[in-house]
Amino acid sequence: MLKQIEGSQGMAEAIALCRPQVICAYPITPQTHIVEGLGAMVKDGRLSGCEYINVESEFGAMSVAIGAAAGGARAYTATASQGLLFMAEAVYNAAGLGLPIVMTLGNRAIGAPINIWNDHSDAMALKDAGWIQLYAETNQEAADLHIQAFRIAEDLSCPVMVCVDGFILTHAFERVDLPTQAQVDDFLPPYRPVQRLDPANPYSIGAMVGPEAFTEVRYLAHQKMIDALDVIPRVAAEFEAAFGRAAGGLVRPYRTEGAETLVVALGSVNGTIKDVVDAERAAGRAVGSVSIGAFRPFPLAELNAALAGARRVVCLEKNLAPGLGGALASNVRMALRGQAPVHTVIAGLGGRPITRAGIAGVLAAAAQDALDDLTFLDLNRPVVEAQLLRAAGLRESGPIAENLLKALNPGRVERVSPRRMQE
Amino acid sequence: MTETQKVRFYQTGTHTVGNRLMEAESRTVQASPERSNAITSGHRACQGCGEALGARYALDAAMRATGGRMVAVNATGCLEVFTTPYPETSWQVAWLHSLFGNAPAVATGVAAALRVTGQHDVRVVAQGGDGGTTDIGFGCLSGLFERNDDVLYICYDNEAYMNTGVQRSSATPAFARTATTPATGPHPGNVAGTGKNLPRIAMAHEIPYVGTASVADLHDLEAKVTRAMAIGGARYIHIHVPCPLGWGAAAHDTIRLARLAVESGLFPLIEAEHGEVTAVKPIRRRVPVEDYLRPQKRFAHLFRPGHEDRATLAAIQATADANIRRYGLCPEGQE
Amino acid sequence: MTDAPKPFAITLDPGSSRANHTGSWRSERPVYVDRLPPCNAQCPAGENIQGWLYHAESGDYAAAWQVLMQDNPLPAVMGRVCYHSCEGACNRATLDEAVSIHAVERFLGDYALDHGLRPQVAAPPSGRRVLVVGAGPSGLSAAYHLTRLGHAVTIREAGPMAGGMMRFGIPRYRLPRDVLDAEIARILSLGVTLELNSKVADIEAAFAEGFDAIFTAVGAHLAKRTEIPAHAAGRILDAAGFLARVEMGEAPQLGRRVIVYGGGNTAMDVARTVKRLGADDAMVVYRRSRAQMPAHAFEADEAEDEGVMMHWLRTITAVDGAAVTVEKMVIDATGRPQPTGEFEVLKADTLILALGQDADTGFLARVPGVEVAPDGVVGVDARMMTGRPGLFAGGDMVPAERTVTVAVGHGKKAARHIDAWLRGGALDAPERHAPATFERLNTWYYDDAPRSLQAELALVRRQTGFDEVVQGLTEATALYEARRCLSCGNCFECDNCFGVCPDNAVIKLGPGNRFRIDYDYCKGCGLCAAECPCGAIEMVPEIG
Repeated sequence: MLKQIEGSQGMAEAIALCRPQVICAYPITPQTHIVEGLGAMVKDGRLSGCEYINVESEFGAMSVAIGAAAGGARAYTATASQGLLFMAEAVYNAAGLGLPIVMTLGNRAIGAPINIWNDHSDAMALKDAGWIQLYAETNQEAADLHIQAFRIAEDLSCPVMVCVDGFILTHAFERVDLPTQAQVDDFLPPYRPVQRLDPANPYSIGAMVGPEAFTEVRYLAHQKMIDALDVIPRVAAEFEAAFGRAAGGLVRPYRTEGAETLVVALGSVNGTIKDVVDAERAAGRAVGSVSIGAFRPFPLAELNAALAGARRVVCLEKNLAPGLGGALASNVRMALRGQAPVHTVIAGLGGRPITRAGIAGVLAAAAQDALDDLTFLDLNRPVVEAQLLRAAGLRESGPIAENLLKALNPGRVERVSPRRMQE
Repeated sequence: MTETQKVRFYQTGTHTVGNRLMEAESRTVQASPERSNAITSGHRACQGCGEALGARYALDAAMRATGGRMVAVNATGCLEVFTTPYPETSWQVAWLHSLFGNAPAVATGVAAALRVTGQHDVRVVAQGGDGGTTDIGFGCLSGLFERNDDVLYICYDNEAYMNTGVQRSSATPAFARTATTPATGPHPGNVAGTGKNLPRIAMAHEIPYVGTASVADLHDLEAKVTRAMAIGGARYIHIHVPCPLGWGAAAHDTIRLARLAVESGLFPLIEAEHGEVTAVKPIRRRVPVEDYLRPQKRFAHLFRPGHEDRATLAAIQATADANIRRYGLCPEGQE
Repeated sequence: MTDAPKPFAITLDPGSSRANHTGSWRSERPVYVDRLPPCNAQCPAGENIQGWLYHAESGDYAAAWQVLMQDNPLPAVMGRVCYHSCEGACNRATLDEAVSIHAVERFLGDYALDHGLRPQVAAPPSGRRVLVVGAGPSGLSAAYHLTRLGHAVTIREAGPMAGGMMRFGIPRYRLPRDVLDAEIARILSLGVTLELNSKVADIEAAFAEGFDAIFTAVGAHLAKRTEIPAHAAGRILDAAGFLARVEMGEAPQLGRRVIVYGGGNTAMDVARTVKRLGADDAMVVYRRSRAQMPAHAFEADEAEDEGVMMHWLRTITAVDGAAVTVEKMVIDATGRPQPTGEFEVLKADTLILALGQDADTGFLARVPGVEVAPDGVVGVDARMMTGRPGLFAGGDMVPAERTVTVAVGHGKKAARHIDAWLRGGALDAPERHAPATFERLNTWYYDDAPRSLQAELALVRRQTGFDEVVQGLTEATALYEARRCLSCGNCFECDNCFGVCPDNAVIKLGPGNRFRIDYDYCKGCGLCAAECPCGAIEMVPEIG
């Protein structure tokens, strides 16, 4: 059924169709509307057979979800930003225990400075917690990915994080096609846990494991992710067959044939990128893009295939690994095995708009081989220069020669760029 | 009722674990060869571990109260570490360990799952040490309380972080030596604050049941667990479990020390329902706090030969006296 | 649930830690022991007091009585007349008050009489014959035990009735005669032959009759005298003779005022009897103070309650008709009474001397090898045998405290040695256990339980008749009293060790079978030993 609906409400409707049995809610912008929507459905009876628990923190939320999943219930929660970090210990724990919890992450920046707007700092902070990370491009996909997420999680006994861009998806009103309950029921069977707390079968879950077996436990966690590389596209294919539209999967190439420059990105920004690609192609420039649907497990082979033939790759990413660059580009380089240069463009931090003009500018520079390895899109350079200058002026310590130089040339500031580091 | 049943068994009263002459239902769960042994042999707790004992006492009682329809959640800590090092577990009840600070929330989730999957007869017991309860798990515990989730939370209080090597917790008594409150300087031992009285904090949540118990009084402990399991909603039991290692005491003194803590008034045995004290266990044979403190090396700095710290001992005695007054632990004429 | 495997290493099967044998940590091991409770250690009759209290606690009075009867054939008597030194030794006295052992014993004795219980006699007939000389407590005890050991016993009693000092020395208000008669009759009913008015004068002749062994227990009946200058003959009697005559219904004329001279239990019995016979004044004169009197405090208390007047620290120096002159005494630094030179005169119609008795053992003087002291006491060895092989002796005629309990104990001990001697061997007595001291107990587990008091007859009836003064316990109070026993040094299956082991290393073997330590898991923490209420677990070092 087609609805003109807020992204969060669309996701809430889709999640409700998955018949979650325990929902843990703790407010943090921008995911709050999702759990509010679910709470209303539990309260008014549209979502029955579901315990809706208002918890005292995100740490509590994930912990309740852990208990619920270990108790044999389909568990769901949502968080964002600081909340994800606050529950980080439990996020790792849920994966370690192999509990198929589904969590929506309304992607948002991490402070300080506190910032409620979108980027991918939160997801990247916990990319290696043992969770599958799926990224939604659109509100429709955001809804659809949740339906797939429960299937994937329960098939693998592995938690799944559905990453949706804060505000851009969560708060945007768009047309969303929501399936019927019968359709979802056909696609998603009731939860059958691998293990649960059962008085009749009283094993111990969560033992302490020492050096003699810890590596093996970790290896098996890695292997589970490798298995997910098969499960994710299979579930996506089944979804498309059942619901008549594509969603999910590992990678989604767009007009990559013959492209000299390929842009790689996560999430909703792919929509803007595709618009730019269309414009560039119309202008006769060989440009395409690849949207990564699953960042963990990271689809090395699929990405390598999608990027094959490109002269260069530009990673447009909404996170910064200070002192290095971007997490996405680092991963893409591994997939590409040096076959082509990979440029990192840091963009959209803390909610800064990523414009078609901005992307087009990056592509123009790339086409002329004038794009730095690391670029901060739309950086207000005078502001940072001024601050760096002030900081340098205040510095009282350091070698005498440097201080003398500063006194003689007050306008000049020495600074280290990533490029210089690579040299 | 026969004559033999009318006459109380004064040989031991009701204080021993069992008694061949009492009706089976008047004996403790621990007296029964059919007890669950929630923790079985082979665990790696230190010799004379009060927590190993307290946990078996409490969970066996809960198992009897629920007819075996019970699952347990455990915070990180000694109890978790000494029972479940791969490849062996000592637990014989369904058991889940997640993290140090989240046992109450995990238990909430388990209870919700049991409810939503229709297993209404299966009850949840969560447990942790004093660090996991009064410090790192406190937020989750308070959440459990205020939501009145159907969980019995048991704190095994050995008064410091023992698993990590005896560091101070907010349940460490004033003046006690720990690894982070050494017995040196002008104010040796733990700061003389008021600590964190979690039973009273629990009472402030007005949850259906709060009890304090001791491994030295098994009948009382089992009665409290049994009472707690007969009630729905959030329940809290705080069990005093001496730690021979952390307290610097002999392994065979574990129960004796727990008993002296009760008999001195330093660890009052009380029950409260919905925030109001409903019962106290009177002190049977009152002892001065010194009797309790002296056998413990963590208080040795109070008893240096020729330099006994009378002022501090008087302060600790005053704490015990205040407890006795507050709860009326010494009935008329005994004080 | 799915059939997928559980997570590796993180999820473990229940109770799998039993593969880890923590017993290897141990440097000391707990061991169950039995220790000798102080009551048993103290009992002159060698009763297993704790043993019979154990059965009494459960209300199985018949079983309790059978255990009692293994050592003592006269529990109803003993429960009344024994001075119960066991209670003085009782560890419970340190906690609150001693267990009223004698009262429970009396209850069991009376219970057995009321219910017609009979002792178990298991041994087959030995074909041996044993003569017992004297039907006092020692002789009756020996006869009983010898019969139980399979021997044919004949008792020859010089007097007209059996019972000895139980009958002729203890007034009936302390020991009703129906009780005494019933317990004697029960012994005789086991097959003992009693010949009354049959004085044995010639031991060798008795052996010649075909007795394989002889046990003599003729008591001590000869009253000790003291030199009192008598200016005009007053009426002077001796205590033993007086009590015997009262028992035979031949109460002598006493007058209104009677002085009893002596400070022992017999003096108190005589004074109280005098009071009951109608004397206005019954006075006890004794040369030492109350603290030093040989009589038990309760006897003096009861005498005083009944109106007997006490004159402590007085020596009779002269009797002149009704005037009895006494000299005041003081106790010197060594505890001996010394004369002061101050005199008083008391008025008395009769003076009864209660100064003790000597044994009448002249008939043994001619027996080769038998040693007889000037006071008539006969020497015996550790087997209670005299220097004449096969001739044993016990009771008041051998060197020992002179009480019914000691006499009964002698009878048992002699019987067992006679049995061994007849079988050509020595008695193989088990080694005594180490004492169960109070310090070994963990008394917290024992509830406070004050001793129950036995009711006493109303004073007016005590002053006018011979009804029994001290009343028995009801079943409920006897049970209560039995349950005050601490079971010192012997496991009573309280389950403490089973409960307090943090390692589940104590195995409960079921009712009557106690417990076993599972050394595979016992870490040797010692909690079981520390928390054993009765001190029946010891920690011993592991060797190697």
